[in-house]
Amino acid sequence: MQSHEQLKIIATQVRRDILRMVCMAKSGHPGGSMSSADFLTALYFNEMKHDPATWTRDGKGQDMFILSAGHLTPVYYSILARYGYFPVKDLATFRQMGTLLQGHPSIRGGVKGIFQTSGSLGQGLSAAAGLALGKKLDGDGERVFCLCGDGESEEGQIWEAGMFAVHHHLDNLVAMTDWNGQQIDGPVSAVAGEGDLAAKWESWGWQVIVADGHDFASIEQAFSLARANQGSGKPVMILFQSDMGHGVDFMAGTHKWHGSVPKPEQLEDALRQLGETPLGDF
Amino acid sequence: MTKYTDTGKKDTRSGFGAGLLEAGKADSRIVALTADLKGSLKMNAFADAFPERFIQCGIAEANMVGVAAGLAITGKIPFIGSFAEFVTGRVYDQLRQEVAYGRTNVKIASSHAGITLGEDGATHQTMEDIALMRALPEMVVLAPCDYNETLQATLAAARWEGPVYLRFGRPAVPNFTPEDRPFEIGKAWVMNEGKDVSIIACGHLVWEALQAAQELEAEGISAEVVNMATIKPLDEEALLATAAKTGALVVAEEHNMAGGLGEAVAGVLARRQPAWVEFVNGADRFGQSGTPSALMAAYGLDAQHLVAAAKRALARKK
Repeated sequence: MQSHEQLKIIATQVRRDILRMVCMAKSGHPGGSMSSADFLTALYFNEMKHDPATWTRDGKGQDMFILSAGHLTPVYYSILARYGYFPVKDLATFRQMGTLLQGHPSIRGGVKGIFQTSGSLGQGLSAAAGLALGKKLDGDGERVFCLCGDGESEEGQIWEAGMFAVHHHLDNLVAMTDWNGQQIDGPVSAVAGEGDLAAKWESWGWQVIVADGHDFASIEQAFSLARANQGSGKPVMILFQSDMGHGVDFMAGTHKWHGSVPKPEQLEDALRQLGETPLGDF
Repeated sequence: MTKYTDTGKKDTRSGFGAGLLEAGKADSRIVALTADLKGSLKMNAFADAFPERFIQCGIAEANMVGVAAGLAITGKIPFIGSFAEFVTGRVYDQLRQEVAYGRTNVKIASSHAGITLGEDGATHQTMEDIALMRALPEMVVLAPCDYNETLQATLAAARWEGPVYLRFGRPAVPNFTPEDRPFEIGKAWVMNEGKDVSIIACGHLVWEALQAAQELEAEGISAEVVNMATIKPLDEEALLATAAKTGALVVAEEHNMAGGLGEAVAGVLARRQPAWVEFVNGADRFGQSGTPSALMAAYGLDAQHLVAAAKRALARKK
Protein backbone atom coordinates (compact mmCIF):
# COMPACT_ATOMS: atom_id res chain seq x y z
CA MET A 1 0.00 0.00 0.00
CA GLN A 2 1.22 3.46 -0.88
CA SER A 3 0.57 6.30 1.54
CA HIS A 4 -1.36 9.31 0.29
CA GLU A 5 1.95 11.21 0.23
CA GLN A 6 3.52 8.51 -1.93
CA LEU A 7 0.49 8.47 -4.24
CA LYS A 8 0.79 12.23 -4.60
CA ILE A 9 4.43 11.86 -5.67
CA ILE A 10 3.57 9.17 -8.22
CA ALA A 11 0.63 11.18 -9.59
CA THR A 12 2.86 14.23 -9.93
CA GLN A 13 5.39 12.21 -11.87
CA VAL A 14 2.57 10.82 -14.00
CA ARG A 15 1.48 14.38 -14.81
CA ARG A 16 5.04 15.26 -15.78
CA ASP A 17 5.10 12.16 -18.01
CA ILE A 18 1.77 13.12 -19.60
CA LEU A 19 2.96 16.60 -20.55
CA ARG A 20 6.37 15.48 -21.76
CA MET A 21 4.82 12.65 -23.82
CA VAL A 22 2.32 14.84 -25.64
CA CYS A 23 4.94 17.53 -26.20
CA MET A 24 7.41 15.03 -27.66
CA ALA A 25 4.69 13.56 -29.87
CA LYS A 26 3.28 17.03 -30.64
CA SER A 27 -0.14 15.42 -30.23
CA GLY A 28 -2.30 13.66 -27.70
CA HIS A 29 -4.82 14.41 -24.98
CA PRO A 30 -3.39 15.97 -21.82
CA GLY A 31 -6.58 17.49 -20.31
CA GLY A 32 -8.49 14.34 -19.35
CA SER A 33 -5.24 12.53 -18.62
CA MET A 34 -4.51 15.06 -15.90
CA SER A 35 -8.04 15.05 -14.49
CA SER A 36 -7.94 11.26 -14.09
CA ALA A 37 -4.29 10.96 -12.97
CA ASP A 38 -4.95 10.88 -9.22
CA PHE A 39 -7.67 8.24 -9.03
CA LEU A 40 -6.05 6.06 -11.71
CA THR A 41 -2.78 6.18 -9.78
CA ALA A 42 -4.63 5.13 -6.63
CA LEU A 43 -6.45 2.40 -8.58
CA TYR A 44 -3.30 0.83 -10.02
CA PHE A 45 -1.02 1.29 -7.01
CA ASN A 46 -3.43 0.55 -4.17
CA GLU A 47 -6.70 -0.99 -5.29
CA MET A 48 -6.38 -3.40 -8.19
CA LYS A 49 -5.13 -6.91 -7.68
CA HIS A 50 -2.65 -7.25 -10.49
CA ASP A 51 0.93 -8.20 -11.29
CA PRO A 52 2.86 -7.32 -14.44
CA ALA A 53 5.06 -10.40 -13.99
CA THR A 54 2.16 -12.82 -14.43
CA TRP A 55 -0.06 -10.65 -16.63
CA THR A 56 -1.90 -12.32 -19.51
CA ARG A 57 -4.54 -10.83 -21.78
CA ASP A 58 -7.21 -13.21 -20.50
CA GLY A 59 -6.82 -11.64 -17.04
CA LYS A 60 -6.84 -14.96 -15.21
CA GLY A 61 -6.37 -14.50 -11.48
CA GLN A 62 -6.12 -10.73 -11.71
CA ASP A 63 -8.32 -7.67 -11.78
CA MET A 64 -8.77 -6.19 -15.24
CA PHE A 65 -9.05 -2.63 -16.55
CA ILE A 66 -10.58 -1.18 -19.70
CA LEU A 67 -9.87 2.40 -20.73
CA SER A 68 -13.15 3.17 -22.47
CA ALA A 69 -12.09 6.80 -22.89
CA GLY A 70 -9.26 5.53 -25.06
CA HIS A 71 -7.78 8.94 -25.81
CA LEU A 72 -6.44 9.05 -22.24
CA THR A 73 -3.40 7.00 -23.29
CA PRO A 74 -0.88 9.47 -21.80
CA VAL A 75 -2.04 8.82 -18.25
CA TYR A 76 -2.66 5.13 -18.95
CA TYR A 77 0.75 4.42 -20.43
CA SER A 78 2.55 6.43 -17.78
CA ILE A 79 0.86 4.52 -14.96
CA LEU A 80 1.45 1.13 -16.63
CA ALA A 81 5.13 1.99 -17.09
CA ARG A 82 5.54 3.39 -13.59
CA TYR A 83 3.99 0.21 -12.19
CA GLY A 84 6.41 -1.95 -14.16
CA TYR A 85 4.41 -3.22 -17.14
CA PHE A 86 7.06 -1.95 -19.57
CA PRO A 87 10.17 0.23 -19.39
CA VAL A 88 9.54 3.85 -18.48
CA LYS A 89 11.86 4.95 -21.31
CA ASP A 90 9.34 3.52 -23.82
CA LEU A 91 7.08 6.47 -23.01
CA ALA A 92 9.34 8.52 -25.29
CA THR A 93 8.00 6.53 -28.27
CA PHE A 94 4.37 7.54 -27.65
CA ARG A 95 2.54 8.14 -30.95
CA GLN A 96 5.77 7.86 -32.96
CA MET A 97 5.94 5.78 -36.14
CA GLY A 98 6.55 2.13 -35.25
CA THR A 99 5.69 2.49 -31.56
CA LEU A 100 3.80 -0.06 -29.53
CA LEU A 101 2.28 2.89 -27.65
CA GLN A 102 -0.31 3.82 -30.26
CA GLY A 103 -2.36 7.01 -30.07
CA HIS A 104 -5.21 4.94 -28.68
CA PRO A 105 -4.76 1.58 -26.92
CA SER A 106 -4.05 -1.31 -29.26
CA ILE A 107 -3.58 -4.96 -28.45
CA ARG A 108 -1.66 -5.47 -31.68
CA GLY A 109 1.77 -4.80 -30.21
CA GLY A 110 1.21 -7.16 -27.30
CA VAL A 111 1.82 -4.40 -24.77
CA LYS A 112 1.48 -5.84 -21.30
CA GLY A 113 -1.38 -4.36 -19.35
CA ILE A 114 -3.64 -3.62 -22.31
CA PHE A 115 -6.62 -5.97 -22.43
CA GLN A 116 -8.51 -4.42 -25.30
CA THR A 117 -8.34 -1.91 -28.09
CA SER A 118 -10.36 1.24 -27.36
CA GLY A 119 -10.85 4.80 -28.45
CA SER A 120 -13.97 4.75 -30.58
CA LEU A 121 -16.02 6.23 -27.77
CA GLY A 122 -18.83 4.51 -25.93
CA GLN A 123 -17.67 0.93 -26.42
CA GLY A 124 -15.41 0.10 -23.49
CA LEU A 125 -18.11 -0.38 -20.88
CA SER A 126 -19.62 -3.16 -23.01
CA ALA A 127 -16.26 -4.91 -23.27
CA ALA A 128 -15.78 -4.51 -19.52
CA ALA A 129 -19.22 -6.03 -18.94
CA GLY A 130 -18.16 -8.96 -21.12
CA LEU A 131 -15.00 -9.42 -19.06
CA ALA A 132 -17.03 -9.27 -15.86
CA LEU A 133 -19.50 -11.82 -17.19
CA GLY A 134 -16.64 -14.05 -18.32
CA LYS A 135 -15.16 -13.95 -14.82
CA LYS A 136 -18.55 -14.82 -13.35
CA LEU A 137 -18.96 -17.77 -15.74
CA ASP A 138 -15.52 -19.00 -14.67
CA GLY A 139 -16.26 -18.52 -10.98
CA ASP A 140 -13.32 -16.12 -10.82
CA GLY A 141 -13.72 -13.69 -7.93
CA GLU A 142 -11.57 -10.91 -9.35
CA ARG A 143 -13.03 -7.63 -10.54
CA VAL A 144 -13.16 -5.54 -13.69
CA PHE A 145 -12.62 -1.77 -13.71
CA CYS A 146 -13.51 0.59 -16.52
CA LEU A 147 -12.96 4.31 -17.06
CA CYS A 148 -15.44 6.34 -19.09
CA GLY A 149 -15.50 10.05 -19.80
CA ASP A 150 -18.48 12.23 -19.02
CA GLY A 151 -18.42 13.52 -22.60
CA GLU A 152 -18.14 9.94 -23.76
CA SER A 153 -21.32 9.12 -21.87
CA GLU A 154 -23.28 10.95 -24.55
CA GLU A 155 -22.84 7.75 -26.56
CA GLY A 156 -25.96 5.57 -26.43
CA GLN A 157 -24.00 2.36 -26.13
CA ILE A 158 -22.82 3.39 -22.65
CA TRP A 159 -26.44 3.17 -21.53
CA GLU A 160 -27.00 -0.14 -23.32
CA ALA A 161 -24.08 -1.51 -21.32
CA GLY A 162 -25.53 0.12 -18.23
CA MET A 163 -28.79 -1.80 -18.67
CA PHE A 164 -26.96 -5.05 -19.43
CA ALA A 165 -24.69 -4.92 -16.37
CA VAL A 166 -27.65 -4.47 -14.03
CA HIS A 167 -29.74 -7.16 -15.72
CA HIS A 168 -26.87 -9.65 -15.44
CA HIS A 169 -26.02 -8.68 -11.84
CA LEU A 170 -22.41 -7.77 -12.61
CA ASP A 171 -21.39 -6.74 -9.10
CA ASN A 172 -17.79 -7.53 -10.02
CA LEU A 173 -17.81 -4.55 -12.38
CA VAL A 174 -16.60 -1.16 -11.13
CA ALA A 175 -17.09 1.61 -13.67
CA MET A 176 -15.64 5.04 -13.13
CA THR A 177 -16.45 8.32 -14.83
CA ASP A 178 -13.94 11.13 -15.03
CA TRP A 179 -16.59 13.77 -14.31
CA ASN A 180 -14.58 16.81 -15.35
CA GLY A 181 -17.45 18.56 -17.11
CA GLN A 182 -15.46 19.26 -20.28
CA GLN A 183 -15.28 17.85 -23.79
CA ILE A 184 -13.61 18.91 -27.05
CA ASP A 185 -16.16 21.51 -28.09
CA GLY A 186 -16.74 23.03 -24.65
CA PRO A 187 -18.36 22.34 -21.29
CA VAL A 188 -20.45 19.15 -21.34
CA SER A 189 -23.45 21.16 -20.13
CA ALA A 190 -23.19 23.44 -23.17
CA VAL A 191 -22.51 20.70 -25.71
CA ALA A 192 -25.12 18.09 -24.88
CA GLY A 193 -26.96 18.86 -21.66
CA GLU A 194 -26.08 15.50 -20.17
CA GLY A 195 -27.53 16.53 -16.81
CA ASP A 196 -27.02 14.84 -13.46
CA LEU A 197 -25.01 11.70 -14.07
CA ALA A 198 -25.45 10.53 -10.47
CA ALA A 199 -29.24 10.60 -10.77
CA LYS A 200 -29.09 8.93 -14.16
CA TRP A 201 -26.91 6.03 -13.07
CA GLU A 202 -28.97 5.58 -9.91
CA SER A 203 -32.16 5.38 -11.94
CA TRP A 204 -30.43 2.84 -14.18
CA GLY A 205 -30.04 0.60 -11.12
CA TRP A 206 -26.34 1.08 -10.42
CA GLN A 207 -24.73 1.58 -7.03
CA VAL A 208 -23.48 5.14 -7.40
CA ILE A 209 -20.58 6.67 -5.46
CA VAL A 210 -19.57 10.30 -5.90
CA ALA A 211 -16.03 11.22 -4.88
CA ASP A 212 -13.47 13.99 -5.18
CA GLY A 213 -11.14 12.79 -7.91
CA HIS A 214 -8.22 14.82 -6.60
CA ASP A 215 -8.45 13.95 -2.89
CA PHE A 216 -6.75 10.66 -2.07
CA ALA A 217 -8.81 10.19 1.12
CA SER A 218 -12.03 10.58 -0.87
CA ILE A 219 -10.70 8.29 -3.63
CA GLU A 220 -9.72 5.64 -1.08
CA GLN A 221 -13.13 5.77 0.54
CA ALA A 222 -14.84 5.39 -2.85
CA PHE A 223 -12.80 2.31 -3.69
CA SER A 224 -13.48 0.89 -0.26
CA LEU A 225 -17.25 1.31 -0.76
CA ALA A 226 -16.97 -0.23 -4.20
CA ARG A 227 -15.10 -3.22 -2.76
CA ALA A 228 -17.80 -3.73 -0.14
CA ASN A 229 -20.44 -3.69 -2.86
CA GLN A 230 -19.28 -6.99 -4.37
CA GLY A 231 -21.95 -9.56 -3.59
CA SER A 232 -24.78 -7.02 -3.73
CA GLY A 233 -25.80 -8.04 -7.25
CA LYS A 234 -25.37 -4.49 -8.54
CA PRO A 235 -22.58 -2.92 -10.58
CA VAL A 236 -20.86 0.18 -9.20
CA MET A 237 -20.37 3.54 -10.84
CA ILE A 238 -17.88 5.87 -9.18
CA LEU A 239 -18.29 9.44 -10.42
CA PHE A 240 -15.00 11.18 -9.81
CA GLN A 241 -15.49 14.93 -9.74
CA SER A 242 -12.38 16.36 -11.31
CA ASP A 243 -10.82 19.25 -13.20
CA MET A 244 -9.60 18.87 -16.72
CA GLY A 245 -5.93 19.81 -16.80
CA HIS A 246 -5.64 19.56 -13.01
CA GLY A 247 -2.23 20.44 -11.57
CA VAL A 248 -1.21 23.26 -13.89
CA ASP A 249 -2.89 26.64 -13.44
CA PHE A 250 -3.23 27.66 -17.06
CA MET A 251 -4.57 24.22 -18.08
CA ALA A 252 -7.06 23.65 -15.28
CA GLY A 253 -10.83 23.71 -15.67
CA THR A 254 -11.10 24.35 -19.37
CA HIS A 255 -11.91 22.19 -22.40
CA LYS A 256 -9.15 23.93 -24.35
CA TRP A 257 -6.56 21.38 -23.25
CA HIS A 258 -8.64 18.31 -24.14
CA GLY A 259 -6.53 17.58 -27.18
CA SER A 260 -4.07 20.47 -27.38
CA VAL A 261 -0.36 20.35 -26.65
CA PRO A 262 1.54 22.99 -24.66
CA LYS A 263 4.16 25.09 -26.42
CA PRO A 264 7.79 24.60 -25.22
CA GLU A 265 7.68 27.59 -22.88
CA GLN A 266 4.29 26.46 -21.54
CA LEU A 267 5.72 22.99 -20.89
CA GLU A 268 8.58 24.53 -18.97
CA ASP A 269 6.14 26.56 -16.87
CA ALA A 270 3.92 23.50 -16.28
CA LEU A 271 6.81 21.29 -15.18
CA ARG A 272 8.02 24.04 -12.82
CA GLN A 273 4.53 24.20 -11.29
CA LEU A 274 4.36 20.43 -10.82
CA GLY A 275 7.87 20.20 -9.44
CA GLU A 276 10.33 17.36 -9.78
CA THR A 277 9.89 14.03 -8.00
CA PRO A 278 12.36 11.38 -6.76
CA LEU A 279 11.02 9.05 -9.46
CA GLY A 280 12.63 11.10 -12.21
CA ASP A 281 11.54 11.81 -15.77
CA PHE A 282 11.71 9.15 -18.50
CA MET B 1 -23.22 -34.17 -64.54
CA THR B 2 -22.77 -34.84 -60.85
CA LYS B 3 -26.13 -35.53 -59.31
CA TYR B 4 -27.34 -33.66 -56.24
CA THR B 5 -30.69 -34.47 -54.72
CA ASP B 6 -32.80 -32.17 -52.61
CA THR B 7 -33.48 -34.27 -49.52
CA GLY B 8 -36.19 -31.89 -48.34
CA LYS B 9 -36.28 -28.15 -47.94
CA LYS B 10 -34.74 -26.70 -44.80
CA ASP B 11 -33.65 -23.24 -43.77
CA THR B 12 -29.93 -22.62 -43.46
CA ARG B 13 -30.46 -20.87 -40.10
CA SER B 14 -31.62 -24.20 -38.68
CA GLY B 15 -28.34 -25.64 -39.87
CA PHE B 16 -26.65 -22.94 -37.82
CA GLY B 17 -28.79 -23.75 -34.77
CA ALA B 18 -27.95 -27.47 -35.03
CA GLY B 19 -24.27 -26.68 -35.57
CA LEU B 20 -24.21 -24.34 -32.58
CA LEU B 21 -25.66 -27.03 -30.34
CA GLU B 22 -23.17 -29.61 -31.61
CA ALA B 23 -20.24 -27.21 -31.21
CA GLY B 24 -21.47 -26.29 -27.73
CA LYS B 25 -21.52 -29.94 -26.69
CA ALA B 26 -17.97 -30.44 -27.94
CA ASP B 27 -16.49 -27.29 -26.39
CA SER B 28 -17.61 -25.70 -23.12
CA ARG B 29 -15.96 -22.40 -24.09
CA ILE B 30 -18.71 -21.75 -26.62
CA VAL B 31 -21.30 -19.18 -25.57
CA ALA B 32 -24.17 -17.71 -27.60
CA LEU B 33 -25.50 -14.15 -27.51
CA THR B 34 -28.48 -12.65 -29.24
CA ALA B 35 -30.28 -9.34 -29.38
CA ASP B 36 -33.85 -10.53 -28.86
CA LEU B 37 -33.78 -12.95 -31.81
CA LYS B 38 -33.20 -16.30 -30.13
CA GLY B 39 -35.97 -18.04 -32.03
CA SER B 40 -35.16 -16.46 -35.40
CA LEU B 41 -31.52 -17.52 -35.03
CA LYS B 42 -32.57 -21.05 -33.96
CA MET B 43 -30.62 -20.74 -30.72
CA ASN B 44 -33.35 -22.35 -28.62
CA ALA B 45 -31.78 -25.80 -28.45
CA PHE B 46 -28.43 -24.35 -27.36
CA ALA B 47 -30.12 -22.09 -24.80
CA ASP B 48 -32.08 -25.03 -23.38
CA ALA B 49 -29.00 -27.26 -23.19
CA PHE B 50 -26.66 -24.60 -21.78
CA PRO B 51 -28.72 -21.89 -20.05
CA GLU B 52 -25.66 -20.34 -18.33
CA ARG B 53 -23.86 -20.08 -21.65
CA PHE B 54 -26.74 -18.38 -23.45
CA ILE B 55 -26.71 -14.60 -22.98
CA GLN B 56 -29.76 -12.59 -23.90
CA CYS B 57 -28.66 -9.02 -24.66
CA GLY B 58 -31.97 -7.42 -25.53
CA ILE B 59 -32.36 -5.12 -28.52
CA ALA B 60 -28.93 -3.57 -28.09
CA GLU B 61 -26.64 -4.96 -30.78
CA ALA B 62 -23.76 -2.56 -30.18
CA ASN B 63 -23.48 -3.63 -26.57
CA MET B 64 -23.78 -7.28 -27.60
CA VAL B 65 -20.66 -6.98 -29.78
CA GLY B 66 -18.66 -5.42 -26.94
CA VAL B 67 -19.83 -7.99 -24.40
CA ALA B 68 -18.87 -10.77 -26.82
CA ALA B 69 -15.42 -9.26 -27.27
CA GLY B 70 -14.98 -9.13 -23.49
CA LEU B 71 -16.09 -12.73 -23.13
CA ALA B 72 -13.67 -13.76 -25.87
CA ILE B 73 -10.79 -12.04 -24.06
CA THR B 74 -11.53 -14.16 -20.98
CA GLY B 75 -11.28 -17.30 -23.14
CA LYS B 76 -14.83 -17.91 -24.31
CA ILE B 77 -15.82 -18.51 -27.93
CA PRO B 78 -18.87 -16.29 -28.42
CA PHE B 79 -21.35 -16.59 -31.29
CA ILE B 80 -23.38 -13.39 -31.64
CA GLY B 81 -26.57 -13.72 -33.64
CA SER B 82 -28.99 -11.31 -35.27
CA PHE B 83 -30.34 -10.41 -38.69
CA ALA B 84 -27.54 -9.75 -41.16
CA GLU B 85 -28.24 -6.02 -41.35
CA PHE B 86 -28.23 -5.57 -37.58
CA VAL B 87 -25.11 -7.61 -36.97
CA THR B 88 -23.10 -5.82 -39.69
CA GLY B 89 -24.27 -2.40 -40.84
CA ARG B 90 -25.70 -1.40 -37.50
CA VAL B 91 -22.55 -2.38 -35.61
CA TYR B 92 -19.83 -1.95 -38.20
CA ASP B 93 -17.67 0.21 -35.96
CA GLN B 94 -18.08 -2.12 -32.97
CA LEU B 95 -17.05 -5.09 -35.12
CA ARG B 96 -14.13 -3.12 -36.50
CA GLN B 97 -12.81 -1.95 -33.11
CA GLU B 98 -13.73 -4.70 -30.70
CA VAL B 99 -13.57 -7.78 -32.89
CA ALA B 100 -11.36 -7.22 -35.93
CA TYR B 101 -8.76 -4.71 -34.70
CA GLY B 102 -9.10 -6.06 -31.16
CA ARG B 103 -8.51 -9.54 -32.57
CA THR B 104 -11.10 -11.24 -30.39
CA ASN B 105 -12.33 -14.74 -31.14
CA VAL B 106 -15.92 -13.72 -31.89
CA LYS B 107 -18.14 -15.50 -34.44
CA ILE B 108 -20.79 -13.38 -36.13
CA ALA B 109 -23.88 -15.43 -36.92
CA SER B 110 -25.72 -13.49 -39.58
CA SER B 111 -29.19 -14.72 -40.41
CA HIS B 112 -31.89 -13.53 -42.82
CA ALA B 113 -29.18 -12.25 -45.19
CA GLY B 114 -30.10 -10.91 -48.62
CA ILE B 115 -33.50 -10.31 -50.15
CA THR B 116 -34.84 -13.77 -49.23
CA LEU B 117 -35.63 -12.29 -45.82
CA GLY B 118 -38.75 -11.47 -47.78
CA GLU B 119 -41.83 -9.64 -46.63
CA ASP B 120 -40.21 -7.31 -44.07
CA GLY B 121 -38.73 -5.39 -46.98
CA ALA B 122 -35.59 -3.39 -47.66
CA THR B 123 -35.08 -2.06 -44.12
CA HIS B 124 -34.26 -5.60 -43.01
CA GLN B 125 -32.78 -7.00 -46.23
CA THR B 126 -29.09 -6.33 -46.44
CA MET B 127 -27.34 -6.79 -49.78
CA GLU B 128 -24.21 -5.02 -48.51
CA ASP B 129 -23.00 -7.14 -45.61
CA ILE B 130 -20.39 -9.18 -47.48
CA ALA B 131 -18.81 -5.93 -48.69
CA LEU B 132 -18.62 -4.56 -45.15
CA MET B 133 -17.16 -7.72 -43.68
CA ARG B 134 -14.70 -8.30 -46.53
CA ALA B 135 -13.32 -4.83 -45.94
CA LEU B 136 -12.27 -5.67 -42.39
CA PRO B 137 -8.65 -6.87 -42.20
CA GLU B 138 -8.31 -10.56 -41.26
CA MET B 139 -12.06 -11.19 -41.13
CA VAL B 140 -13.08 -14.62 -42.43
CA VAL B 141 -16.28 -14.44 -44.51
CA LEU B 142 -18.39 -17.56 -45.06
CA ALA B 143 -21.64 -18.00 -47.01
CA PRO B 144 -22.66 -21.68 -47.03
CA CYS B 145 -25.38 -22.90 -49.39
CA ASP B 146 -27.75 -25.21 -47.53
CA TYR B 147 -28.67 -26.68 -44.15
CA ASN B 148 -25.97 -29.33 -44.11
CA GLU B 149 -23.20 -27.02 -45.23
CA THR B 150 -24.25 -24.30 -42.78
CA LEU B 151 -24.12 -26.82 -39.94
CA GLN B 152 -20.61 -27.86 -40.98
CA ALA B 153 -19.52 -24.25 -41.50
CA THR B 154 -20.68 -23.45 -37.97
CA LEU B 155 -18.46 -26.23 -36.62
CA ALA B 156 -15.56 -24.95 -38.71
CA ALA B 157 -16.11 -21.39 -37.45
CA ALA B 158 -16.08 -22.66 -33.86
CA ARG B 159 -12.73 -24.38 -34.47
CA TRP B 160 -11.16 -21.40 -36.26
CA GLU B 161 -8.98 -19.16 -34.12
CA GLY B 162 -10.14 -15.59 -34.85
CA PRO B 163 -13.13 -13.58 -36.04
CA VAL B 164 -15.52 -15.24 -38.50
CA TYR B 165 -18.53 -13.81 -40.32
CA LEU B 166 -21.02 -16.61 -41.04
CA ARG B 167 -23.83 -15.63 -43.41
CA PHE B 168 -27.01 -17.64 -43.85
CA GLY B 169 -30.67 -17.13 -44.58
CA ARG B 170 -34.29 -17.31 -43.58
CA PRO B 171 -36.32 -19.37 -46.07
CA ALA B 172 -36.50 -23.13 -46.45
CA VAL B 173 -34.36 -24.06 -49.45
CA PRO B 174 -33.17 -27.34 -50.98
CA ASN B 175 -30.83 -29.35 -48.78
CA PHE B 176 -28.54 -31.19 -51.16
CA THR B 177 -24.97 -31.37 -49.88
CA PRO B 178 -23.75 -34.46 -47.97
CA GLU B 179 -24.63 -34.52 -44.30
CA ASP B 180 -21.14 -35.18 -43.00
CA ARG B 181 -18.86 -33.33 -45.40
CA PRO B 182 -16.44 -31.34 -43.20
CA PHE B 183 -16.29 -27.66 -44.07
CA GLU B 184 -12.81 -26.44 -44.82
CA ILE B 185 -12.38 -22.67 -44.51
CA GLY B 186 -10.60 -21.23 -47.53
CA LYS B 187 -11.30 -24.16 -49.84
CA ALA B 188 -13.57 -23.91 -52.86
CA TRP B 189 -15.64 -26.96 -53.81
CA VAL B 190 -15.98 -27.91 -57.45
CA MET B 191 -19.44 -29.44 -57.31
CA ASN B 192 -19.68 -30.17 -61.01
CA GLU B 193 -16.84 -30.51 -63.49
CA GLY B 194 -17.30 -28.71 -66.81
CA LYS B 195 -15.24 -27.29 -69.65
CA ASP B 196 -17.14 -24.49 -71.39
CA VAL B 197 -18.11 -22.05 -68.66
CA SER B 198 -17.66 -21.75 -64.89
CA ILE B 199 -20.36 -20.68 -62.47
CA ILE B 200 -18.92 -19.46 -59.17
CA ALA B 201 -21.63 -19.14 -56.54
CA CYS B 202 -22.23 -18.86 -52.83
CA GLY B 203 -25.22 -19.18 -50.51
CA HIS B 204 -28.66 -19.70 -52.00
CA LEU B 205 -27.28 -19.29 -55.52
CA VAL B 206 -25.35 -22.58 -55.44
CA TRP B 207 -28.51 -24.66 -55.91
CA GLU B 208 -29.59 -22.36 -58.71
CA ALA B 209 -26.16 -22.78 -60.30
CA LEU B 210 -26.57 -26.57 -60.28
CA GLN B 211 -30.01 -26.25 -61.88
CA ALA B 212 -28.57 -23.91 -64.48
CA ALA B 213 -25.76 -26.38 -65.23
CA GLN B 214 -28.35 -29.07 -65.89
CA GLU B 215 -30.25 -26.84 -68.31
CA LEU B 216 -27.03 -25.86 -70.04
CA GLU B 217 -26.03 -29.51 -70.34
CA ALA B 218 -29.32 -30.21 -72.11
CA GLU B 219 -28.28 -27.57 -74.63
CA GLY B 220 -24.84 -29.11 -75.04
CA ILE B 221 -22.97 -26.62 -72.86
CA SER B 222 -20.69 -28.02 -70.18
CA ALA B 223 -20.77 -25.86 -67.07
CA GLU B 224 -18.43 -26.16 -64.12
CA VAL B 225 -20.04 -25.23 -60.80
CA VAL B 226 -17.82 -23.97 -58.02
CA ASN B 227 -19.27 -23.48 -54.55
CA MET B 228 -17.28 -20.56 -53.15
CA ALA B 229 -18.61 -20.76 -49.60
CA THR B 230 -15.48 -19.05 -48.27
CA ILE B 231 -15.48 -15.55 -49.70
CA LYS B 232 -12.48 -14.48 -47.62
CA PRO B 233 -9.81 -15.81 -47.70
CA LEU B 234 -10.69 -16.57 -51.31
CA ASP B 235 -9.39 -19.83 -52.79
CA GLU B 236 -7.41 -18.16 -55.57
CA GLU B 237 -5.84 -21.35 -56.88
CA ALA B 238 -9.21 -23.04 -57.36
CA LEU B 239 -10.48 -19.92 -59.07
CA LEU B 240 -7.50 -19.73 -61.43
CA ALA B 241 -7.82 -23.43 -62.20
CA THR B 242 -11.43 -23.17 -63.31
CA ALA B 243 -10.76 -19.92 -65.16
CA ALA B 244 -7.88 -21.56 -67.05
CA LYS B 245 -10.13 -24.48 -67.90
CA THR B 246 -13.17 -22.61 -69.22
CA GLY B 247 -12.02 -19.03 -69.87
CA ALA B 248 -15.54 -17.76 -69.20
CA LEU B 249 -17.08 -17.20 -65.78
CA VAL B 250 -20.33 -16.26 -64.09
CA VAL B 251 -20.28 -15.14 -60.47
CA ALA B 252 -23.59 -15.42 -58.62
CA GLU B 253 -24.56 -14.11 -55.21
CA GLU B 254 -27.51 -12.77 -53.26
CA HIS B 255 -25.71 -9.50 -52.64
CA ASN B 256 -25.09 -6.25 -54.44
CA MET B 257 -22.26 -5.81 -56.94
CA ALA B 258 -20.19 -3.49 -54.78
CA GLY B 259 -17.80 -5.44 -52.62
CA GLY B 260 -19.36 -8.84 -53.09
CA LEU B 261 -18.05 -12.21 -54.24
CA GLY B 262 -18.17 -10.96 -57.85
CA GLU B 263 -15.72 -8.15 -57.22
CA ALA B 264 -13.54 -10.43 -55.13
CA VAL B 265 -13.32 -12.88 -58.04
CA ALA B 266 -12.80 -10.11 -60.60
CA GLY B 267 -10.01 -8.65 -58.50
CA VAL B 268 -8.09 -11.92 -58.48
CA LEU B 269 -8.59 -12.50 -62.19
CA ALA B 270 -7.56 -8.95 -63.10
CA ARG B 271 -4.40 -9.32 -61.08
CA ARG B 272 -3.39 -12.83 -62.05
CA GLN B 273 -5.19 -14.22 -65.08
CA PRO B 274 -7.73 -12.07 -66.96
CA ALA B 275 -10.91 -13.81 -68.11
CA TRP B 276 -14.43 -12.84 -69.17
CA VAL B 277 -16.79 -12.53 -66.22
CA GLU B 278 -20.56 -12.05 -66.09
CA PHE B 279 -22.21 -11.07 -62.82
CA VAL B 280 -25.50 -12.28 -61.39
CA ASN B 281 -26.26 -10.22 -58.31
CA GLY B 282 -28.50 -7.51 -56.92
CA ALA B 283 -26.64 -4.83 -58.90
CA ASP B 284 -26.89 -1.54 -56.99
CA ARG B 285 -30.36 -1.72 -55.51
CA PHE B 286 -32.35 -1.99 -52.30
CA GLY B 287 -34.78 -4.86 -51.84
CA GLN B 288 -38.53 -4.70 -51.26
CA SER B 289 -41.38 -6.70 -49.74
CA GLY B 290 -42.35 -9.97 -51.38
CA THR B 291 -41.98 -13.71 -51.06
CA PRO B 292 -38.40 -14.97 -51.26
CA SER B 293 -38.94 -16.80 -54.55
CA ALA B 294 -40.77 -13.88 -56.17
CA LEU B 295 -37.98 -11.54 -55.10
CA MET B 296 -35.22 -13.83 -56.37
CA ALA B 297 -36.92 -14.02 -59.77
CA ALA B 298 -37.57 -10.28 -59.88
CA TYR B 299 -33.95 -9.48 -59.04
CA GLY B 300 -32.64 -11.98 -61.56
CA LEU B 301 -31.20 -14.35 -59.00
CA ASP B 302 -32.35 -17.73 -60.30
CA ALA B 303 -31.32 -20.57 -62.61
CA GLN B 304 -32.97 -18.99 -65.62
CA HIS B 305 -30.89 -15.82 -65.29
CA LEU B 306 -27.77 -17.89 -64.65
CA VAL B 307 -28.30 -19.78 -67.91
CA ALA B 308 -28.56 -16.48 -69.79
CA ALA B 309 -25.46 -15.12 -68.07
CA ALA B 310 -23.50 -18.28 -68.89
CA LYS B 311 -24.40 -17.90 -72.55
CA ARG B 312 -23.30 -14.26 -72.51
CA ALA B 313 -19.96 -15.27 -70.99
CA LEU B 314 -19.52 -17.97 -73.62
CA ALA B 315 -20.34 -15.57 -76.44
CA ARG B 316 -17.70 -13.11 -75.23
CA LYS B 317 -15.07 -15.83 -75.14
CA LYS B 318 -15.52 -16.64 -78.82
